[in-house]
Amino acid sequence: MTEPLIYDLGRPGRTGVSLPDPDVPETAFPADLVRGELDLPEVDQLTVVRHFTRLSKLNYSIDQNMYPLGSCTMKYNPRINEDVARLPGFAASHPLQDPDTVQGNLALMYQLQEWLKEIGGFAAVSLQPAAGAHGELTGVLMMRAYHLARGDAKRDKILIPNSAHGTNPATTSMAGLKVIELPSDDRGNVDLTALRAACDDTVVGLMITNPNTLGLFEEHIEQVVEAIHGCGGLVYGDGANMNAMVGVARPGDLGVDVMHYNLHKTFSTPHGGGGPGSGPVGVSQRLADFLPAPVVGMVEEGEDDEPPRYGFIVPKDSIGRVKAFNGNFGMHVRAYTYIRVHGASGLRGNSENAVLNANYLLSKIRRHYHVPYDRVCKHEFVMEGVWPDAPGVHALDISKRLMDYGFHPPTNYFPLIVHEALMIEPTETETRETLDTFADVLLKIAEEAHTEPDLLTGAPHITPVARLDEVSAAKQLVLCCRPIPAWAEA
Amino acid sequence: MNFPADLKYTKSDEWVRVDANADTATLGISDYAQNALSDIVYVELPSVGDAFQKGDSFGSVESVKAASDVYLPAGGTITAINEALSSTPEVVNSDPYGQGWMVKWTLSKLSDLDGLMDAAAYQKYCDERKQ
Amino acid sequence: MSYYLHTETDRTEMLAAIGAKSIEDLFADVPARVRFPKLDVPDPLSELETMRELLDLSESNAEAQHSPMFLGAGAYYHFSPSLVHQLILRGEFLTAYTPYQPEISQGTLQAVYEYQSMICALTGMEAANASHYDGATSMAEAVIMAYSHGREKRKKIVLSPAIHPQYREVVRTYTQGMGLSLVGDEDPENDLPDLVKRLDQDTALLIVQSPNFFGQIENLEGVAEQAHAVGALLCVAADPISLGLLKPPGLFGADIVVGEGQSLGIPLSYGGPYLGLFATRKEYVRKMAGRLVGEAHDKNGQRGFVLTLATREQHIKREKATSNICTNQGLMAMAATLYLSTLGKHGLRKVAELCWHKSHYAAQRIAELPGYEVDTSKPFFKEFVVRCPVSVAEINAHLFNEWDIIGGYDLSNDYANLPNHMLLCVTEMNTREEIEALVEALGEITTG
Repeated sequence: MTEPLIYDLGRPGRTGVSLPDPDVPETAFPADLVRGELDLPEVDQLTVVRHFTRLSKLNYSIDQNMYPLGSCTMKYNPRINEDVARLPGFAASHPLQDPDTVQGNLALMYQLQEWLKEIGGFAAVSLQPAAGAHGELTGVLMMRAYHLARGDAKRDKILIPNSAHGTNPATTSMAGLKVIELPSDDRGNVDLTALRAACDDTVVGLMITNPNTLGLFEEHIEQVVEAIHGCGGLVYGDGANMNAMVGVARPGDLGVDVMHYNLHKTFSTPHGGGGPGSGPVGVSQRLADFLPAPVVGMVEEGEDDEPPRYGFIVPKDSIGRVKAFNGNFGMHVRAYTYIRVHGASGLRGNSENAVLNANYLLSKIRRHYHVPYDRVCKHEFVMEGVWPDAPGVHALDISKRLMDYGFHPPTNYFPLIVHEALMIEPTETETRETLDTFADVLLKIAEEAHTEPDLLTGAPHITPVARLDEVSAAKQLVLCCRPIPAWAEA
Repeated sequence: MNFPADLKYTKSDEWVRVDANADTATLGISDYAQNALSDIVYVELPSVGDAFQKGDSFGSVESVKAASDVYLPAGGTITAINEALSSTPEVVNSDPYGQGWMVKWTLSKLSDLDGLMDAAAYQKYCDERKQ
Repeated sequence: MSYYLHTETDRTEMLAAIGAKSIEDLFADVPARVRFPKLDVPDPLSELETMRELLDLSESNAEAQHSPMFLGAGAYYHFSPSLVHQLILRGEFLTAYTPYQPEISQGTLQAVYEYQSMICALTGMEAANASHYDGATSMAEAVIMAYSHGREKRKKIVLSPAIHPQYREVVRTYTQGMGLSLVGDEDPENDLPDLVKRLDQDTALLIVQSPNFFGQIENLEGVAEQAHAVGALLCVAADPISLGLLKPPGLFGADIVVGEGQSLGIPLSYGGPYLGLFATRKEYVRKMAGRLVGEAHDKNGQRGFVLTLATREQHIKREKATSNICTNQGLMAMAATLYLSTLGKHGLRKVAELCWHKSHYAAQRIAELPGYEVDTSKPFFKEFVVRCPVSVAEINAHLFNEWDIIGGYDLSNDYANLPNHMLLCVTEMNTREEIEALVEALGEITTG
């Protein structure tokens, strides 16, 4: 059953809301400025509600079942966060209001900055970046600016492990720098020898994720940091995997100079089908002056009954603004709420349970799937989605078959250094029963791969659509359902 | 896998057919490359008249899962492009050495092609990579 | 508290299955000197108490629901139908992941496809992406796209000084490592003809905003042709509500249209999350960053939707990607889709007309006040500039403290040639009574 497009559900003249007539005298429109046509739907309100309700039922979501997606941290999105973010004092405040009229917002942002500093072990934080990749760009631009400010203009390289998320090299290119890829060793760490060999005075720094995308803690992290700092470089920490680390270890204590947080991963703000996220950055003291402007500061200390006064401060050597206004404030409110509800002990408990859950799941499936690294994992692990004695079955087929069992697939084909990779991260908000069920399903699929592989290669069988022809989609490229107006066809 | 004996091959998986006059050549991607990319959906080609240096990327080939730059192993000026590829890019998969040709160009220096492999050497190179 | 904590029995049995003695053992590879720090973060708080605390914080703010708002400057107080926030709260949309697995994401994918279609219709363009972070970062991505389109040989970007100052700042931050030269906005008096004179063979892109930061509608006639004549592209930034009434940039030959979609049913929320609109012509689609949804069919011939042209993106192209963008503003695009579906062709036009009539009425009434001068040199939409008898800071303090009105934006913050100039915004949310109150309040200050 295909759901029609919203345009096709309309009829001429219909509209979904009533609006008042002007309560002021009307002013004529200059005829030469007014558009002749406006090709938007003409649908009544109930039809809109039904259409999108039916669409929603075609979606999988955390509210339905687990997403074992490595490096995404698909934990429960607490409902209190949604109510708090919608309080009018937050939701209807304008970003350019006089700071004295929005002290509630500024106090919240300041406190969130302080907590993120504390959690990461950093000297300063900016809440401005809107997503992890945005935070990465901010961080790399700060690293570049730091060296230029020291009068060092010959550094143009960023070292990146070959297990890194694609945003890391993409960010490096956007900042006008070159990527030097580092291999990984046979225990899944970044290769320390290769790293040391690559360290010289043309290196801006290193981008590293810890735990890395294999779900493994970098065993030589202290020597890695020492080598980078030793050649005058800086260390960028990709905070995507912080769910294993909150209350366990602070990247700043390990020597990381700048790190982005993913509030939509570690701090429970919802994924929304592709965002919004939020990617605040924390920095060590030597980068504090380079943060994007502005940051929230305390402009007057509080005394006795008087609360402190908050305002905006422009860091001395700021790289500039990375987004209009103040960052994704709605996500700041949600993350603040999450931290407040959990407290220090809850935050650590979450990391511990995330790691316990991942290792438990690993213990249940490792006799049936090849796991390339024989180590205790952190909050996620990677396994191979192939068996030598089940030819024709690939990671993709396992993923699609999982859908028939009611589960979203894990992360596929990433990291690139594991053959037919499947990356699994259960998070801490999954019960033991869910983990047991998921493990049982994985075992069943492993069995099917050897006895009835067609069930996998033809999967999924019971979803709203079967596998879609992405090749034809890319060739035909139908991106818009409306006819292009005649005047646009030149 | 098919590697016609009359062609030369590069390490980045392009094939070259030098014309009898030795002034111009034709280029496409090899059977190994099209197989690795799988279903090709788009080929980005330069314009006739564009000039390139040896080793420059002149375009790219895309499938759903990957995109590869395509390189000119010898400098020169483009004299023809295979316009059919814009509507039927899949021809690069089915006939990489014939209908799947990409560009023709005038060679500024024939000796630029000296480092290229013959069919046997290229076969060996492909076998090594499969491991 | 945590939302889920294993029982003691669970923990013991799970550790036994793993072969570890304690949870701490699972962290043995973390260097001892940094392990398990004491975090200076408060103790846990119940949801009940947390809500009370946040309610208090929120209520110490002034906001548009309770104080008439005449502040715009890139973020706007507009009507949002109730169904918008209620439908995006459905768990199937709110808690869904990026639709990489299309078979179980058709809800998100079809909604985005409909969003892309509506943005194309609104802007007069042929292909729109699934969103950038906001209008400012969309503009920065337009610069990167134009630079790439020119094979990185054209290094000049010409931008109008009447583009939102924060957008121009973001563009400069984004491009600081690219060796580009950004010109045109050094003189606040530069108008379109002046900018067109700066176009040359080294120009990759000309950027214009219309309505511009001052609310003025720019005359785009012939501008695209002038840009194309030197081989440059034209990017126009446009307010989507204005497009309910005004001719779209596509009609004028724009190659890229960007803008801020917050007005499309998304709350002010102190600056974010917002919605970066981005649309272009089909011939440039492969250089466009961001996610794209395309129509597809499954093996049974059923129509569905997929993320397409993924080879532009970071997870495939890595250091050669057009942009590093991954997570975008998916749920906000969903909100805009709901808004545009509900208001539709007739409703959006009506909202635009209401903004037009109310802002023009306010401008006429203020122009009658001694000491105030309204800039009517160009037609305007929704916002206009007023020269005030005293500083805007003083005016706004008076408005807020005496009348509980949130006044307009102080243009002297960004334009040294505009002291005492306020940018005033009037939308369909401002009643006639509010406008009259504003006029009366302003009338109380006529001289310095």
